[in-house]
Amino acid sequence: MALLEVEGLSIYFHSRNGVVKAVDNVSFSVDAGETLAIVGESGSGKSVTCYSLLDLLPKPPAKIEAGTALFDGIDLLSCDAAQMRRFRSNDIAMIFQDPMTSLNPFISIGEQLIEPLIYNEDKSRRQSRSDARLRAIELLNEVGITDSEQRFDCFPHEFSGGMRQRVMIAMALINEPRLLICDEPTTALDVTIQAQILALIKTLQQKRDVAVIFISHDLGVVAGIADKVVVMCEGTVREANDAEGIFYRTEDDYTKKLLAAIPEGAKLLPNRAQANQSMLRVENLKTYFRDYSKTPAGDIKAVDGVSLEIQRGEILGLVGESGSGKSTLGRSILQLAPITAGSIYFDGTELNTLSAAKLVPWRRKMQMIFQDPYASLNPRMTVYQTLAEPLLYHGLANARNIDQQVQQLMDDVGLARSSMRKYPHEFSGGQRQRIAIGRAIATKPELIIADEPVSALDVTIQAQILDLILNLVDKHNLTMMFISHDLSVVRYISDRVTVMNKGVIIETGNTETLWKNPQQQYTKDLLAAIPIADPRSERLRSSNL
Amino acid sequence: MEQISPQHQEQQAQQEQRAQQEKGTSLWKDAWIKLSKNYLALFGLSVLAFLCIVSILTPWIAPYGYEEQNLMLGATAPSLQHWLGTDIFGRDMLTRIMYGGRVSLTVGFIATAVALIIGVLWGAIAGFVGGRVDAVMMRIVDIMYALPFMIFIVLLMVVFGRNILLLFLAIGAVEWLTMARIVRSQVMSLRKQEFVEAAHSLGLSQWTIIRRHIIPNTLGPVLVYTTLTIPSVMLLEAFLSFLGLGIQPPQSSWGLLINYGVETMEEYPWLLIFPGVTLSLTLFALNFLGDGLRDALDPRTSKD
Repeated sequence: MALLEVEGLSIYFHSRNGVVKAVDNVSFSVDAGETLAIVGESGSGKSVTCYSLLDLLPKPPAKIEAGTALFDGIDLLSCDAAQMRRFRSNDIAMIFQDPMTSLNPFISIGEQLIEPLIYNEDKSRRQSRSDARLRAIELLNEVGITDSEQRFDCFPHEFSGGMRQRVMIAMALINEPRLLICDEPTTALDVTIQAQILALIKTLQQKRDVAVIFISHDLGVVAGIADKVVVMCEGTVREANDAEGIFYRTEDDYTKKLLAAIPEGAKLLPNRAQANQSMLRVENLKTYFRDYSKTPAGDIKAVDGVSLEIQRGEILGLVGESGSGKSTLGRSILQLAPITAGSIYFDGTELNTLSAAKLVPWRRKMQMIFQDPYASLNPRMTVYQTLAEPLLYHGLANARNIDQQVQQLMDDVGLARSSMRKYPHEFSGGQRQRIAIGRAIATKPELIIADEPVSALDVTIQAQILDLILNLVDKHNLTMMFISHDLSVVRYISDRVTVMNKGVIIETGNTETLWKNPQQQYTKDLLAAIPIADPRSERLRSSNL
Repeated sequence: MEQISPQHQEQQAQQEQRAQQEKGTSLWKDAWIKLSKNYLALFGLSVLAFLCIVSILTPWIAPYGYEEQNLMLGATAPSLQHWLGTDIFGRDMLTRIMYGGRVSLTVGFIATAVALIIGVLWGAIAGFVGGRVDAVMMRIVDIMYALPFMIFIVLLMVVFGRNILLLFLAIGAVEWLTMARIVRSQVMSLRKQEFVEAAHSLGLSQWTIIRRHIIPNTLGPVLVYTTLTIPSVMLLEAFLSFLGLGIQPPQSSWGLLINYGVETMEEYPWLLIFPGVTLSLTLFALNFLGDGLRDALDPRTSKD
């Protein structure tokens, strides 16, 4: 018998607007030393499934309608609260997605780490503070935190995201659980850190022979780590098989769609850049943020002397990890962030010297697409109002033809005309991003800066939005700066690529040239860390690391 | 999730149908549709409307004149001639409550409106512009907080003479401070949001952004605070009148009636109970309506 056997699990959410079948008749099993990946897009029920195992769901609205989850022969779904606390403290541990919010900012990480040892539900397993401290330091070393003795008393804000996730892993492992549930543990991390964390989880698992359930939306991440894969969609299991079966011999349409949606390879459309037609020129741009706790010399140098040029008609990809200054660079170009020094020329006009009033006609020519489609639309304005606003403001439409113009825009970005009077919250993430794109192209701009426009979206939606962007660029003769942390996406969409790190440009080149022959060590490391949705090559690669 | 479940599709179809029926729908029209389905809010609205109409018509429909005394009668319990009894001067309570409503409701609404307008604009501008402007504007608020408001109002009264309209304005001019702080904190978090940045990059002027994108998104807390301000303003008026700064007998207001009622609570309880019940009813109605409006003006709550 396997360590955990989930059988016919159904969880419904009962709300005022009816019943949502979040999880519907799901079964899987996982054994010691085995990694099971649960893959699915947002809303597929993958997290709900795993949260229910530890009784972490809010009930109501959630209700477990049917099913069993036998852990060592005991049903997790029907055991009482005391029993559940024993399972949580000794047998099953969980790692959450966002290391920034899953640690208590007011308690030192050491204190948080030893909590499960000194307050164990099982009194016989409680340890003294000094023993617990030794154990915690040992474990911090094991998860790759150096100087763990000194860092034991540090607070979470003194750690980077990757380090915090290591602390979370240490905390999960401190009571030597037999089952470890990881809910998208690397989604919030940079690609190089992601590779390190994945390798860490894998080595620890092999060393301790724990069972791992790994929840992810990213098939690339799963390829290297999973023995078995369950693909979920809308609460049901679409396919369950070993990793090779899923990646190489899938029969399921949905799995095929997921695999096909992973951006791969080079840009297919030709480079439309018009040679010697410089549209945007940035010279030695510096954007500093004042850190009030420090002297002016301690300013945060988000962008520190960047020069670049974009030709009319081309798509320039801007790649960097979090904190590299890529978003600030985009916002500085659009005059949304005040710059400290340097110049920005648009068609030969220096923008940063213009007054706010003089800038208005230029603003029309440059638009931005933002990352988070949930935050980038005014929740109190309908689609119609959102799209009509720029048209009316810039005099591109009048009262007579505004309806028709808005409809035209909605057609352009692939939204149904009938949803014109709906509010943003009535749309899915992908549809919202379409509205945001519609607003950006409404002013008939020449340059669009897209700041991570697809990173908040599911992989199949991501593919659709990328194709929409490519289409619109072609149709409306746009020039684009495409900012992203996802190298595969950037390769798929851009003609040229600029790599940024810590506020400066590391390297610029034609996309394919740069991919095949990166010059700088930083670029090489970045490219090496991209997860590939191919278990065999992933395994080969990780054994070489 | 682009792939939508059958349920969702059904829901969408319904919504589309509705959207077509309500062609030209706006935030306020939607709000009205939602409000008309919220019975508690409708109850609140009807109570308030009833009280307003009665107040307006009082000079014609009141059973007695507000100055009419009957010292021989003195304080009597509710009877057929005097439904709500009479006070110690033999004045009819129903009449006094009706006339009192005229003052209390006007104070409540006008003073709150003054507070609302100043507070929202002040807070929105301070929060949106930020930096030095914000610092100066909020220091002014702090200074006004520190000033004892009584001195402020007494000063106004001394300079401009005692005048009921001035009283409204004076109370409003004191009550906007908290509103400004609430709105400012809301605006500060809103202005960092991407949709405001998007509005900037569309080239919209600052004022347009404040008006179209910022203020509508502060409505929730503003409405709730407004419904709390109206009653506190009514009681403030009573306090000022009690000190002789507001209105004077034989004119009355609910607050004043309650104040006098408290003094004679043990002998003549009805002098406290009836004005008290009227004021409480108004507050309940306001709270129900305020909550209803907040939900109705939030597009995220469903229309059903």
